[in-house]
Amino acid sequence: MASTLAEKIIAAHVGWEVEPGEIVVTPVDVAALQDGTGPLALMQLEELGLVQAHNPAKTVLFIDHAAPSPRKELSNAHVSLRRFAARTGAVLSEINEGVCHQRLVESFASPGDIVIGADSHTCTSGALAAFATGMGSTDVGLGIATGKTWLKVPETFRVVLSGSFPAGVFAKDLMLHLIGRIGADGATYMALEFTGPLTAAMSMPERFTLANMAVEAGAKTGLFAADETTRVFLAGQGREADYRPLAADDGAACARTVEIDAGALEPTVSVPHTVDNTMAVVDAAGTKVDQVFIGTCTNGRLEDLRIAAAIFKDRHRHPGTRLIVTPASRAVYIEAAREGLLEVFAKAGATVTGPGCGACVGVHGGILGDGEVCVATQNRNFQGRMGNAAGFIYLASPATAAATAIKGEIADPREYMESRDNQ
Amino acid sequence: MILRGKAWVFGDSISTDHIAPGRYFHLRTNLPELAKHVLEDANPDFASQLQPGDFVVAGRNFGLGSSREHAPRIIKLAGVSAVLAKSFARIFYRNAINVGLPVLELDTAGISQGDELEVDLAAGTVRNLTRSEQLSFQPLPPVMVKILNDGGIVEHFRKYGDFNLET
Ligand code: SF4
Repeated sequence: MASTLAEKIIAAHVGWEVEPGEIVVTPVDVAALQDGTGPLALMQLEELGLVQAHNPAKTVLFIDHAAPSPRKELSNAHVSLRRFAARTGAVLSEINEGVCHQRLVESFASPGDIVIGADSHTCTSGALAAFATGMGSTDVGLGIATGKTWLKVPETFRVVLSGSFPAGVFAKDLMLHLIGRIGADGATYMALEFTGPLTAAMSMPERFTLANMAVEAGAKTGLFAADETTRVFLAGQGREADYRPLAADDGAACARTVEIDAGALEPTVSVPHTVDNTMAVVDAAGTKVDQVFIGTCTNGRLEDLRIAAAIFKDRHRHPGTRLIVTPASRAVYIEAAREGLLEVFAKAGATVTGPGCGACVGVHGGILGDGEVCVATQNRNFQGRMGNAAGFIYLASPATAAATAIKGEIADPREYMESRDNQ
Repeated sequence: MILRGKAWVFGDSISTDHIAPGRYFHLRTNLPELAKHVLEDANPDFASQLQPGDFVVAGRNFGLGSSREHAPRIIKLAGVSAVLAKSFARIFYRNAINVGLPVLELDTAGISQGDELEVDLAAGTVRNLTRSEQLSFQPLPPVMVKILNDGGIVEHFRKYGDFNLET
């Protein structure tokens, strides 16, 4: 029987051919917690007398959401994660190391793996052809302790991508467009599987951006085939041995298919307060913006920072618009420093922070005031997301975010990219 | 099991940021305190005026967003006996069952704020006593019934020492 990527990966773990809807108990390859969800998981394990890690080398505790800690309660939560790591030999990813999902793709997740994380954007690792999905604290806690979890084999929702990105249009615009088209519950319970000629041509960072936001359409994971691009990426991380090619079988049945021609897309934003509330940047242009935030597990990678820095070079943020730049990981931070990108941001009037989640989740480092508007490269614009229910969040690509910071209002990045070409 | 209480009506797309706002991140290790702020941004009176046994009644895609298990936990801790919605986001749904909070899928359009409801979990029915109407909800998947009947995934594990999901 022809299998989808999700079916293939799960089947290889349980040892038989699986079908959508089937409930399986499966081994887990990588299990992850972060500082917001981890302490509760550890409390549950303590209650069950299961303070143990089945596979310590692939159990990772990330301190990224509140890093460095802005208050004592969170410092104490961090202490509990450090203690568990010390006791079980699990890997601790400290406050300087970055956002869990970026760290997972850099150092832990591999093609064919089953990855569970107590963070909804765990689906990011799906870009490496890992069945990677977010779960609650207790589910992941049990996965850590026993090396197993249960899953319902999902139906597959295939997204066929063709064409190429016009100037000023990026993977983020494509994903916002897709979510706007199918809705925030358009792929609930399903695995998104990205295929088509454009997919094969996409860089790993572009794939990460798409897979990252699969959950914003309700999906369980967002999968890409593992191909030469995947191999080169893993080799660059010193992990070539973790590579193996993996693709869906031709003719595998899927529940739904959507086709997108990237050539027809425009720079896109999600407007408050849901991700599927999308419109073309030109239609939102002119909205006054108080803060621009560039970073996160969606768009805080080196390639994203390069795109933004190219726009900021020799330009300054608008005096009425604050600018925060947060590299996704330490590796991204170091490389961005080496390439001079951090200097470009600082000169443009940015607050460049250490790696981590930064302002994304409303804990610290960029909380909005009442009525304030933020354009962010993150994945969610829910009411209250950035720490104030009276704030307004627009989601955009790093290029749109950079253009917006310069203009002080939502701006089309092509205005700044084209003028640069003419110089 | 029969549950009785009043309906607290919310709209579509109630996210985990509405249920357990990020600005209370530091209370995640103090669930009773966090529960005092449950759904505060969607209805500021909810947490203080809710009576034990009351229901959260919502529209589409309830619980979308983050994986924070704190969300269903504090709904339950606040005294809510079940959440009724047109549909649920996947991670929230699983978390709710794991922590023993019944989540029922049905057309909630005819239920108004303050309606008295009676839910029969076994029969799959919701009686709206205020409107003398009877609704039925989608049966829970068997695996969810099993975990819920065991009292949540922690109790399930305590009982079997492993996953035992054959139904
Ligand atoms: S960057 Fe934002 S979305 Fe990503 S893991 Fe951190 S808080 Fe979650």
